[in-house]
Amino acid sequence: MTAWSERTRRRSRILVVTALTLLLLSACSDGGPSILEPRSEVGERIERLWWLTFWTSVVVVVVVTAFILRAVQRGRRPPPEGDEDAVDKRPVPWGERFIVIAGLVVSGAILAATFAYSLTELNAMAEPPEEPTMEIEVVGRNWWWEARYPNGAVTANEIHIPVGQAVEVKLSTADVIHSFWVPQLNVKQDQVPGMDNRMWLLAEEPGRYRGQCTEYCGLQHARMVFYVEAQPPSEFEQWLAREAAPAAPQADGPAAAGRDIFLASSCAGCHSVRGTTAAGTLGPDLTHLVSRKTIGAGLLPLTRDNLADFVLNAQDAKPGASMPPTEIAPDQLSALVDYLMTLE
Amino acid sequence: MTTVVEPGPKEELSEELDETWHAPRGLGEWISTVDHKRIGMRYFYTGMVFFVIGGVQSLLMRMQLAGPDLELLNPEAYDQLFTMHGLTMMFLFAMPVLSGFGNYFVPLMIGARDMAFPRLNAFGYWVLLGAGIFMYSSFFIGQAPNAGWFNYVPLAGEEFTPGINIDFYTLGLIFLGISSTGGAINFIVTIFKLRAPGMTLKRIPIFVWGELAMALQIVFALPALSLGAILLTLERKFGFHFFNTEGGGDPLLWQHLFWIFGHPEVYIVALPGFGIASAVIPTWCRRPMVGYTYIVIGELAVALVGFGVWVHHMFAVGLPNVTVSFISLASFMVAIPSGIQVFAWLATLVSGRPKLSTPTLFVLGFIIIFVVGGVTGVMFAAVALDQALHDTYFVVAHLHYVLVGSAVFPIFAAIYHWGPKMTGRILNDQWGKVSFWLMFVGFNLAFFPQHILGLLGMPRRVYTYEEGLGWDALNLASTIGAFMLALGILVTFVNWYTSKARGPVAGNDPWKGETLEWYTSSPPPHYNFVTVPTVKSREPMWDQPELAEGFQAPPDGGRSLTGGHVTLSTSMLDARPQAVVHMPHASPWPFWLSVAMTVLFFFLLVEWWILAIVAFLACVSGMVGWYWPRNQTQET
Repeated sequence: MTAWSERTRRRSRILVVTALTLLLLSACSDGGPSILEPRSEVGERIERLWWLTFWTSVVVVVVVTAFILRAVQRGRRPPPEGDEDAVDKRPVPWGERFIVIAGLVVSGAILAATFAYSLTELNAMAEPPEEPTMEIEVVGRNWWWEARYPNGAVTANEIHIPVGQAVEVKLSTADVIHSFWVPQLNVKQDQVPGMDNRMWLLAEEPGRYRGQCTEYCGLQHARMVFYVEAQPPSEFEQWLAREAAPAAPQADGPAAAGRDIFLASSCAGCHSVRGTTAAGTLGPDLTHLVSRKTIGAGLLPLTRDNLADFVLNAQDAKPGASMPPTEIAPDQLSALVDYLMTLE
Repeated sequence: MTTVVEPGPKEELSEELDETWHAPRGLGEWISTVDHKRIGMRYFYTGMVFFVIGGVQSLLMRMQLAGPDLELLNPEAYDQLFTMHGLTMMFLFAMPVLSGFGNYFVPLMIGARDMAFPRLNAFGYWVLLGAGIFMYSSFFIGQAPNAGWFNYVPLAGEEFTPGINIDFYTLGLIFLGISSTGGAINFIVTIFKLRAPGMTLKRIPIFVWGELAMALQIVFALPALSLGAILLTLERKFGFHFFNTEGGGDPLLWQHLFWIFGHPEVYIVALPGFGIASAVIPTWCRRPMVGYTYIVIGELAVALVGFGVWVHHMFAVGLPNVTVSFISLASFMVAIPSGIQVFAWLATLVSGRPKLSTPTLFVLGFIIIFVVGGVTGVMFAAVALDQALHDTYFVVAHLHYVLVGSAVFPIFAAIYHWGPKMTGRILNDQWGKVSFWLMFVGFNLAFFPQHILGLLGMPRRVYTYEEGLGWDALNLASTIGAFMLALGILVTFVNWYTSKARGPVAGNDPWKGETLEWYTSSPPPHYNFVTVPTVKSREPMWDQPELAEGFQAPPDGGRSLTGGHVTLSTSMLDARPQAVVHMPHASPWPFWLSVAMTVLFFFLLVEWWILAIVAFLACVSGMVGWYWPRNQTQET
C-alpha cells in the first residue's frame, strides 16, 4: 500500500514536472511576438526581471505546496486516544514566530529586494541610451495604425525603423484609447486622447516584429495588428525617401482607368494618394500601398485577390471596419485593383 | 442525550419563541419575510444562477478561442459576452453569494437573532434581483454592455457606443450599488452591535472579521464607482463633459474612479473567501487557528492597503515614474498581509490533523491557487514587468487565479461545510471529492496556459487570433480545461440537489465545529437560538460543553428573550449587554420599493421622464409605507 502510493506519487511528480517543462518550452517557440525572445535592450531587461520573479515565485509555490503536503501527511496520523473529534488545544510555540518570520521578515525582504531591483530597471528603461535619431508619430485609429515620418512620409500598419538607432515614437489617437506594444522591442504605452505619450524603440537585430493593440478598443480590437520592420540604416534611408515621394503618374492602360475610378469614386473620400487629388484622411494613406506586405492592419497578405476582396467588401474580413462595401462592376474592380497594385 | 418526557425548559421556550417569531404564511410571507436565513438562501441561489449564466458565457468564449480564426461568435457577440461575464461574476455571482453566506452565518456565528436592519436586508436582496434582471434584459434586445466591465471612455461614450448598451451598465451599477451599500452598512452595524454577550473583539470568528473587512471596503470603495457611473450617465444622456477631452474633460478621470473602486473590489470578493478558509480549517484540523490576531490584522490591513494600489491598473497610461513608483511600493506591500494569512493557515494545518474531507480539499486547493495568483500579482507590482504583461492573457490567468482561487474555491468549501446547516442534510463526500478534483485540474488546465499565452504576446479581449503565433495549442488546452472545470461544478450542483432531498440528516453539529452556528438546529428556527448564549471563549462550542446540547440554560448565561420580537444589543468592544432591541416584523414594503425602483430605472433607461417621475413617486410611497408608525398593531 505504502510502496504503491509512494510510486504513484513519484510518477505523478514526474508527470507534473514534465508537463510544466513542456509548457515552458512551448513559451520559447520561435517566431511569435514573445516577451521571452527579446530583440532589444529593454526587452532583455524585461526578460531578466521576468525570470527573476518567475524563479522566486516557483520557490514560494513549492514551499507552500510542501507545507500542504506535510499537513496532509500529518492528517493521516491516528487520532490521540482514538477520538477522531478530539481537539488539540495545546499552544503551538513555533506558530506565531513562523508567521512573523515567513510572512513578514522573509517575504518582506524578498519583496523589498524585488521592488528595489524593479525600480532600477524602470529608471534604466526610462531614457534611450543615445539621443533618438528621429521622431515617428504613430496614431492609433479604429482599427489600424498610421505612421508619420518627419520627411512627410505617411504609411500604415508597417512601421520601418533603422536597426541600432533609437527612434522616438510619439503616440496619439484619433478616436478611443489604444495601446502600442511590440513585445520583443519594448513595453507597451497607451494612446490616450489629450495625452502626449512617448516611447522609444531600438531594435538590435534586423527583423519584422509583430505588434498589436493591447487596450480594448471595440469590435476589431483583435485585428489591430502592426509590424515594426527594423532595417539596416542604409536600406531604411532608401525606404524612407521612397515613401516620402508622391505616387508615380500613370500613363494609359487599365491602371490609368483604375486611377480615374479611384479618384471619381468614394475611395478618394477616405484615402490619400499623394500626387493625385485623393486626399482623404479617414483611411490609410495608399501612396505606396504595395510597399506593404499586409492589408487590413496585419490581417491579410497583400495580394491582388485579397485586395480585390477587401475593396469589394471589407466587412467580410473585418466586420465593423469603417470601410463600407463597394458597389462596383467586375471589370471596373479589376481596373481599380490594377491601379492599386501600381502604387509601389 | 436525555430522554425528556415532560416538556423541558427548552421546549417551553421554543414554543413561546415560535409564537413570537412566526411570520404570516402564503405568498405574502414569501414577499415580506425579513428572516436573514431565507434572505441569505435567496442571495445564494440567485448568485448561483448567475454563476451558471456567467459560466456558460465563458464556455462560449472559450469555444470561440479554441482555435485560430474561428467564427462561432461574431465580434459584437464576443464583446457583449466578455463584458457581461466580468460584470456577472463580480457583481451578480461573487458578491451576492459571499453576502449570502454572510447574511446566513454572521448572525448565527455572533449569536444574534437577525441582522441589525432586517428590512434593509430584504430590500438589498430585492434590489439585487431587480438590478440583475435590469442588466440582463439588455440581452433580449441584443444590446448588452459591450465596453468591458471596466468600461473605459471614450469607447464607452456616446460617440463611439451610441446604443443603450452602456446605459444598461451605468444605470445597472448605480442601482446595484444601493443594494451593496445597504448590505455593507447592515453587516457593520450587526457585527459591532449585536454580538452575543461575552463575544469580545478578540473572540469574533475570523469569517465574521472577513465579512466586516469586506463591508468596510464596500462602504468606502463603491461611492467611486457610483459617482463614475453617474457622471458617465450625465455625459451620455445630457452632454456633460467629464471625460470628453473636447469639452475639457479627461478620460483618465474615469479610469481613476473605476479603479479606486475596482481594485478594492478584488479584495471585496477575496476577503470573505479568506474568512471561509479560516472557518473551515480549525474545524477540520481539530485545532484552534494559529495566529488569530495576525490573520485578523492581515485581513484589515489588506482592506486598508487595498485602497492604495489602484493605479497599478494604469501603469501603461503614461503617468510619471514617480507616481507609479509609489503605487508600485504599495502593491508590493499588500502582498505581506495576504502572505501572513497564508502562513497562518499553513501553521494551523501543519500543527493540526487535517481530515481530507471535501471542504478541506477545497481550502487546500484555494491556498495553492491563491498563492500562484499572489506571486503573479507581485510581478504586476513591478512596474516594468507590468508594462510588458499588462492587458495580455497573463493578466487573465492572474486574475482568475486570484478570484477563482479566493472566491469560487472557498464558496465550494462553504457549500460542503455549511450546506448541512442550511439544508439540514449532509452532502455526499465522495462526489464532493470528484467535483473538487475535476475543478482543480480543470481550473489549472484552463488558466495556467494563459500565463504562457500572455508571455507569447496574446492580448486579452480579442475575439480571435491568427494562426502561426504559437497560441493555438495553448488555447485549445485552455478550452478543454474550462469544460472540465464546468463539469466539476455541475457535479456539485447535482450533489447539492440530491443530498438536499436524500442526504443523511445533519443534526445540530455534524462536524463538531467551534463557532455558534453549530449551537442550533439545522436549519435553524426563525429565531436562530432558543437562548442567546453567553460566550466565554473564541471557540465556544469546544470550550463550553453546555452548548453541545443546543441549549444554554439561563443559569449558564443563556437568555431566552421571550418577551417580544427582540434581540440583544451589546457594547462594541467587549460585548457587554446594553439593550434589548425590538426587531421589525416582516413587511412587504421593501419588496414594493425595489419593484418601483426597478421600474424607475427602466424608465430612466428609455428616457420616459414623465413615467419616471410616476415611478419615483411610487418609490416614495414605498418609503412612506416602510416607515409608517404602526408598532402597536404589528407587535403581536
